Amino acid sequence: MQNAVKASSKMGLIMGLVAVFVALAGIVEDFNQLQIIGGVIALGQAMILLINFAAGYVAVRGKARGGYLKAGLLGAGAGFFTVGVLALLVLLIDHVNIRPVFVNATETLVALLTFGRSFGVGILLLLAVGTILGAFGGMLSRLPPRIRAPLVAGFTGVLLFGVLQEIFTVLLSSLGLPKSFINFLFLRKGLSPVGALLVFVLFGGFVAARPVVRPWMNRRLETMHSGQRTTVRFVATMAGVVVLLFLPHLLKLYWTDVIDNVGLFILMGLGLNIVVGLAGLLDLGYVAFYAIGAYAVGTLTSPRSFSGAEWSFWPAWPVAFVIAALAGVLLGIPVLRMRGDYLAIVTLGFGEIIRVLALSDLLKPYFGGAQGILEISKPQIAGLTLLTSQHLYYLILAGCLVTVFISLRLKDSRLGRAWIAIREDEDVAQAMGINLVKYKLLAFAIGALFAGVSGAIFASKLSSIYPHSFNVIVSINVLCLIIVGGLASIPGVIVGALALVGLPEVLRFAAEYRYMVFGAAMVVMMLARPEGLWPAARRRRELRAEAETAGGGE
Amino acid sequence: MRQRLLGRFTLTDLSAWVIGVAIVAVALWGTVATLQSGAYSPTDWVSFFIFGLAQGGVYALIALGYTLVYGVLFMINFAHGEVFMSGTYIASYVANAFDHSGFMDRQPIIALLIVFAVAVVVSCTIAVLLERIAYRPLRRAPRLVPLITAIGASFFLQYAFARLFGSGMKRYPDVKVLSGSWQVGQLKILHMHAIMIIAAILMMVGLYWFVKKTKTGKAIRAVAEDKDVAALMGIDVDRVIVTTFIVGAALAAAAGVLFALYNKQVTHTMGFIPGLKAFTAAVLGGIGNIPGAMFGGLFLGIFESIGPSLFFSGLGVPSPSQLKDVIAFIMLVAVLIFRPTGLLGEVLARKKA
Repeated sequence: MQNAVKASSKMGLIMGLVAVFVALAGIVEDFNQLQIIGGVIALGQAMILLINFAAGYVAVRGKARGGYLKAGLLGAGAGFFTVGVLALLVLLIDHVNIRPVFVNATETLVALLTFGRSFGVGILLLLAVGTILGAFGGMLSRLPPRIRAPLVAGFTGVLLFGVLQEIFTVLLSSLGLPKSFINFLFLRKGLSPVGALLVFVLFGGFVAARPVVRPWMNRRLETMHSGQRTTVRFVATMAGVVVLLFLPHLLKLYWTDVIDNVGLFILMGLGLNIVVGLAGLLDLGYVAFYAIGAYAVGTLTSPRSFSGAEWSFWPAWPVAFVIAALAGVLLGIPVLRMRGDYLAIVTLGFGEIIRVLALSDLLKPYFGGAQGILEISKPQIAGLTLLTSQHLYYLILAGCLVTVFISLRLKDSRLGRAWIAIREDEDVAQAMGINLVKYKLLAFAIGALFAGVSGAIFASKLSSIYPHSFNVIVSINVLCLIIVGGLASIPGVIVGALALVGLPEVLRFAAEYRYMVFGAAMVVMMLARPEGLWPAARRRRELRAEAETAGGGE
Repeated sequence: MRQRLLGRFTLTDLSAWVIGVAIVAVALWGTVATLQSGAYSPTDWVSFFIFGLAQGGVYALIALGYTLVYGVLFMINFAHGEVFMSGTYIASYVANAFDHSGFMDRQPIIALLIVFAVAVVVSCTIAVLLERIAYRPLRRAPRLVPLITAIGASFFLQYAFARLFGSGMKRYPDVKVLSGSWQVGQLKILHMHAIMIIAAILMMVGLYWFVKKTKTGKAIRAVAEDKDVAALMGIDVDRVIVTTFIVGAALAAAAGVLFALYNKQVTHTMGFIPGLKAFTAAVLGGIGNIPGAMFGGLFLGIFESIGPSLFFSGLGVPSPSQLKDVIAFIMLVAVLIFRPTGLLGEVLARKKA
């Protein structure tokens, strides 16, 4: 018992420090611009409450046995310590001016943390709310999964609808739903309370119904004969295709632009996935190939460039990705013998070299130095110029579909298995007769090619490019998205790109937190869920096999 | 069969040698052209050299952190550049406060010692937290995993500092005793440069003594040799690893304050490029090798300061100093291709390299 109390207070203190960090980094204040449920709760405050809740949940999970009362008490303890640390911060900010050091320790922050009440009442309220939430968290982790899952799903659903409210309102109105329904669901800012309840019930109900519906559906599918099954699959695929085709019309201009960016990162992610995920070569200079693709299209098509080629986009595009692939091979040759950490640093160096060279006065006559290349031409189809993001969407979609197809076919091919063998153990792979030089260079070339495709579209989408667009942070961004999605997993790349490129657009006010969150995500994913959000099937099998053998040994 | 073997041998080696010869040829050609043109006087070269030595001292101190950690854990502490940044960054508040109150002018030595102490404490705290949270749980994981965590931690720290303390530049005060210079003939030697060089050498000697002569140093060497056997000999491996991180962080913090006192400003990204350079220096001297890191740092500093003018100005390259990062990274690649064990060449087992 004593141990459990100690552990829960320790967890509370740790979570309290996390909460203090979140508050001082300015997250509470900035994220509060987004109302989740209009007039009831905003995202910033919700995050603090969530941390409290998590403190209670984690403190009890897997710890002492016992009933709900004990779990609630332990959770309450953890929650109390969490808000306790936070309350100390509020006291500190109120008494000492720490603003010159911590720029976000503002009055607004204090007001938010004390729920806008007067100081003493506010702090008591904070302590009470935190303790109660901690208790709830503790009790939740005691609930049987049958009840817990729908509750969690309901809250997640409300959070999701609240965060994605802008997209949902645009989508719903494009779908032709009556204005009154949208107004019923969403206020001017945030979900309406009734709408939130509806979403909660829908999500919770869906998850609660799943254990009943899922086996029923599987049984239905099994009893069908193969022709019927093909039809079901065909209809599902066609539905997907139709949605993808009409997406730009549903999403309108702004969100299509966002989806375009996501698509460009999916292209890069798929390329890096081959290099890092399959072949296990940690390449941190991946942005170089993106830049090379972009600059190739830029110099070939821009009327102002030194080449004087003034090609149109279509011939320049394949040339651009051939150049990128060649660059992949060229930069791959010197690093063939390097492994792991060395490879990472050297490729990082390559990325920097390319950027510094593009910026330098030496190549300024060719690539424009810091001014970059302007007036890059847009692709044309049958007299129609692909001007807007809604047009370019189809080009990017086509690119993504082709690369997804190639990646899928490569993954289980002889080539893909050779890469995986290299990833697992280079020496053994070589002993099995795999030509390391050939397969590593192929990985670099194909990875670079995908990045080149993406860079070329990027160049003509923006119609002007600068060296500053090709910072090392882009490499990290791509690496982070394949890690979050799941190394070597193709759907993982798409999930990762949506989460890491799409979500920051939804949370525009939080743009400054982007890279901080990416860094934290990489650490947390490696610690807690190294296989990613959507693990590759092979990886999942491996992990399961490991768990089973470990279990069998006991 | 034999021909295939031969073919494989030539492709990598040949291309490596082509690259190597090309680099050397450009460097030689540039050197000859520059020296012939006589654009720089001998005093210029000496002042480049002194600047390089001062800069190299900073690199060497950071490089020691990489090398020490690599020695015990066989991993690159990618976030070491941020450890370097963090202490200096926080110490800038103390330094500025002293400057405003006039304490810095009245008692410059005590004030500077306090600034150094603050930087060291902060850097060490960050390094210990880093080891505890991000590295220790992953010690038995595949090699790619801790490296990815390290990269993540590096970017997290950079941007967390930007968010917590504002993303602008922070000023470092102008300390009167440190500004000024000696005039030796035509040569001007900044006090700051001399202090940087002396401080770096003193600290390096201190570290060398610590690792070679003290009991803790012996334990560090034992853990670097073989963790399991060291544990059997009664050495607390975890504690030794933490100590290693602390020693590396302290050196980096000291280097950071010197760096900031010279440049008069700090930003949250200031650790990134020096970190990469210092890593290059560590590789140059042979990673895991302590004198190697010292030598590599000084060598890189000098090379980088003399190199651009020496190699490029004769070739008619406009503003050659823009290319100093390129020189450093090309040197890193060249060393890794031709002499992966570093210039001082301590032979490492293949699994370590």
